[in-house]
Amino acid sequence: MIKTDILIIGAGPVGMFAVFEAGLLKLRCHLIDALAEPGGQCTEIYPKKPIYDIPAYPEILAGDLVKNLATQIAPFQPSYTLGERADTIEKLADGSFKVTTNKGTEHNAPVVFIAGGLGSFEPRKPPIKEIVDFEDCGVEYIIKDPEIYRGKKVVISGGGDSALDWAIFLADIADEVSLVHRRKDFRGALDSVEKVAELSKEGKINLITDAEVKEIHGEGKVSSLLIQHKTEGAIVKECDHFVPLFGLSPKLGPIGDWGLEIEKNAIVVNNALDYSTNIPGVFAIGDVNTYPGKLKLILSGFHEATIAVQFAYNIINPGKRYVMKYTTVNGVTGFDGEKKEAKKAVVKSIV
Amino acid sequence: MSDIKVKITDREGVVHNLEAPTDMGMNLMELCKAYELPVEGTCGGMAMCASCQCYVTSDHELPEKGDAEEDMLDQAFFVEDNSRLGCQLHLTLELDGLEIVLAPESDV
Repeated sequence: MIKTDILIIGAGPVGMFAVFEAGLLKLRCHLIDALAEPGGQCTEIYPKKPIYDIPAYPEILAGDLVKNLATQIAPFQPSYTLGERADTIEKLADGSFKVTTNKGTEHNAPVVFIAGGLGSFEPRKPPIKEIVDFEDCGVEYIIKDPEIYRGKKVVISGGGDSALDWAIFLADIADEVSLVHRRKDFRGALDSVEKVAELSKEGKINLITDAEVKEIHGEGKVSSLLIQHKTEGAIVKECDHFVPLFGLSPKLGPIGDWGLEIEKNAIVVNNALDYSTNIPGVFAIGDVNTYPGKLKLILSGFHEATIAVQFAYNIINPGKRYVMKYTTVNGVTGFDGEKKEAKKAVVKSIV
Repeated sequence: MSDIKVKITDREGVVHNLEAPTDMGMNLMELCKAYELPVEGTCGGMAMCASCQCYVTSDHELPEKGDAEEDMLDQAFFVEDNSRLGCQLHLTLELDGLEIVLAPESDV
């Protein structure tokens, strides 16, 4: 079991900055994130886009903001569980929390910070009522092992790069590949679009455009789809697999079932004091929380993280006195003992 | 006054006649949020989530869709010929009298 002082769920900019503020109070942090890299949305969605409202940065690319944060928190040696989603939380007899990921990794800490932003990124599911009944029974939102499609009839739905790329890849493996898209145009890399057009001419990809998958049929597993064509009406397409590829969207996910007070997809916190949730010891900071007047800004999240850390200190060190100190005065001492501080003025008397 | 009128039908069919400023650089998604209509605007207006998808029902001449908007509509659901992303429609004087219907939320 991984043990730490503050377990941070979500390694976006706010979760990362919490490591710095915690480090100043000699508290160690471990971060969990469903994505494979730290940085959250800044890394995953818009690394090359500029942000203009970070104080003292007239302009900074989201990716650079994350890079700078990583450098800033490095002295406090954060550890990470990446590519795993925090699924369950359990209060132990000693008052601390055990958080387990979807891959079974266990974490233990007296304080938990939820800095989950908009949630974890999950595949977008088409609005077909019966689709959940066929998940893992012929419906896959992510292709993990292309071999399962060998010799099978596959219908891919979507018009972006992943739909095109997988249609091309599976054309050689599957018995039959159909690609369904709502328009005639595809917006992928030019190479991929041309390749699909070529394979379609050769009869290796069955292209069904101006169409949408509306129904899934089968007994216990997918056996056919009902595809609605704009002009030709309903088409019944026999197949073994249906792979809808419509990108990712953020979902609050399992955190929503942790017994936290939720309002409009966000966790209600006490912003009059400490950004605590209704579960003592669990705080929520950044875009994931809500309170009257909440602004979903990175700069607001930095503030919330700083406040929450002071109160986490009181929980972890009950009764131990401390007062916030200025880094300019005291410098920053990393966990390896290395100290960064202001240069001392040279004092010399004139004789 | 530089306000325009925008008529928005929400997902329950309730019609909202809104006054929209044109001098604050706002878009239709932001207008919905400003009036607390149930539009998430998850991505903040980068044409990356489609939570502000709407159907334009008046015959206003609208700016062409950009690549990002087309890309996103390809990944969205309930898309019709008159679908647009609210965050890509900037409120200008030309859009006075605009009428839109919010598209269903895309979660099952």
